[in-house]
Amino acid sequence: MTTTHADPAAPPTRPARARARRSARTGGLPAVLVLPALAGLAFLVVPLAGLVIEAPWGTLLDRLAEPAVFQALRLSLIAASAATVVCLVCGVPLAWLLARSDLPGVRFLRALVTVPLVLPPVVGGVALLLVLGRNGVIGQYLETWFGFSLPFTTAGVIVAEAFVAMPFLVIAVDGALRGADRRYEEAAATLGASRWLTFRRVTLPLIAPGIAAGSVLCWARALGEFGATITFAGNFPGETQTMPLAVYLALETDPEAAIVLSLVLFAVSVIVLASLRDKWISPTAT
Amino acid sequence: MPQARSVGTRLIVLAATLVVTLAGCGGNPQSAPAPEQPGGGGVSGQITVFAAASLTEAFTEIGRAFDEANPGAEVRFNFAGSSTLAQQISQGAPADVFASASPKQLQTVVDAGAAGEPTVFVENLLQIAVPPGNPAGVTDLAAFGKPELTIALCAEQVPCGAAALEALQAAGVTSQPDTLEQDVKAVLTKVMLGEADAGLVYRTDVMSAGGGVEGIDFPEAQQAVNEYPIVTLTEAPNAAGAQAFVDYVRSEDGLAVLQRYGFVTDVG
Repeated sequence: MTTTHADPAAPPTRPARARARRSARTGGLPAVLVLPALAGLAFLVVPLAGLVIEAPWGTLLDRLAEPAVFQALRLSLIAASAATVVCLVCGVPLAWLLARSDLPGVRFLRALVTVPLVLPPVVGGVALLLVLGRNGVIGQYLETWFGFSLPFTTAGVIVAEAFVAMPFLVIAVDGALRGADRRYEEAAATLGASRWLTFRRVTLPLIAPGIAAGSVLCWARALGEFGATITFAGNFPGETQTMPLAVYLALETDPEAAIVLSLVLFAVSVIVLASLRDKWISPTAT
Repeated sequence: MPQARSVGTRLIVLAATLVVTLAGCGGNPQSAPAPEQPGGGGVSGQITVFAAASLTEAFTEIGRAFDEANPGAEVRFNFAGSSTLAQQISQGAPADVFASASPKQLQTVVDAGAAGEPTVFVENLLQIAVPPGNPAGVTDLAAFGKPELTIALCAEQVPCGAAALEALQAAGVTSQPDTLEQDVKAVLTKVMLGEADAGLVYRTDVMSAGGGVEGIDFPEAQQAVNEYPIVTLTEAPNAAGAQAFVDYVRSEDGLAVLQRYGFVTDVG
């Protein structure tokens, strides 16, 4: 894992990596990789294509004009973006702690942080209720001291989404930090920079692509969040009803409306993700 | 530490509810192969029953009794929301019996030609559920119109929400809900945890929550009676078993179990 410090001119340069990529391309792709890759692609894309094919195109515009659709979409975008900000503010320092500290038990902490990934979101929602609900371990004090209760509020939606999405950011940033070349940080330290200054001026720029990738993943996960949100924050139009919740309820009575809502969510996420990827996390832009 | 203990008690009740709910949500019936016992009495083989989530506890018990009475037979359940089940059956899921929490959901299956003539076997009545001790002092449906209370209802797209709407209309109350939940168990959870001051659920749900919530009857519940129809499916892989199970549910033994879980079995 540790890089040798003998040859400071050694870090693989960008042109070298680009050359390697080019040669791989010209060498032809082995079928043993291409076939499963295509199968994987089809597996991911075909269900979405089914959504597009089954969509009620004739009445699409009328259905999109319904104010409820816009309301849910707006709430989804606001909540997912706010949750991503929360994750950035807490998640980046947490990742730094996991990657850089020599605390005992840091491996255990790292495993703990990823628990929300494997936890069924509904269980996560119940856990949040037990802690932050009106009668929860912490929530009861929020209620008595500030007269403030998170469930059934937009703030509750943001909390639920942040809970589920933060591991994505932490894992990405943790990976970026551990892969980053520490010699730059050490050089900054030897030149007298404080740890905070080093973090801001050296570490952060180094891991910016990792943070961007993590944010995009985190935002996407928050946008699609269903289980924790409906369990912790409930479902009320304009207040806590995000697009996935609207889709689920529409499915009960009006599957066509559910498809339209899904398409909207699908389209918005593809547009946002595609534009962000090009801007921030393409390998050539730093 | 009375607070801690009450949270602990709630946790236990909640965990139990979750287990039941999760079991109900598992879309796939267990695929254990049915041991074909030669010489078993009456019907034999697997009988796959698709039943509304609210029937989970009662039908599980009935199924166990049925298996005991028919050693060659094995009843398997798929518990989920009635509309989900109706969709699964319409998409060709191999089911023998369908018991729905609403005639409307079952009608879609009948209309698709997948089921015969359904019969109503039980009814369910709405009840006001409040947290233990009724901290908000709820006595009747009028509480649902008070904006200062935290109110949980089912969304009107799901059967319990439609019934709640009817009852509230009959009482002349414009409800001020804070959340419209995706199913009745979600309303129950919110009340059980004390997050909601009151919710409208079924008597059977209050019963299944044990001491987790208190139930309050109200007269307008009679205006929104929820009928549960049951039917054998035309494509049933085990038609004889399907009929035997439906007969057993409607027998004195079967109805006694259902009554114990809070269902109204006197349906004329």
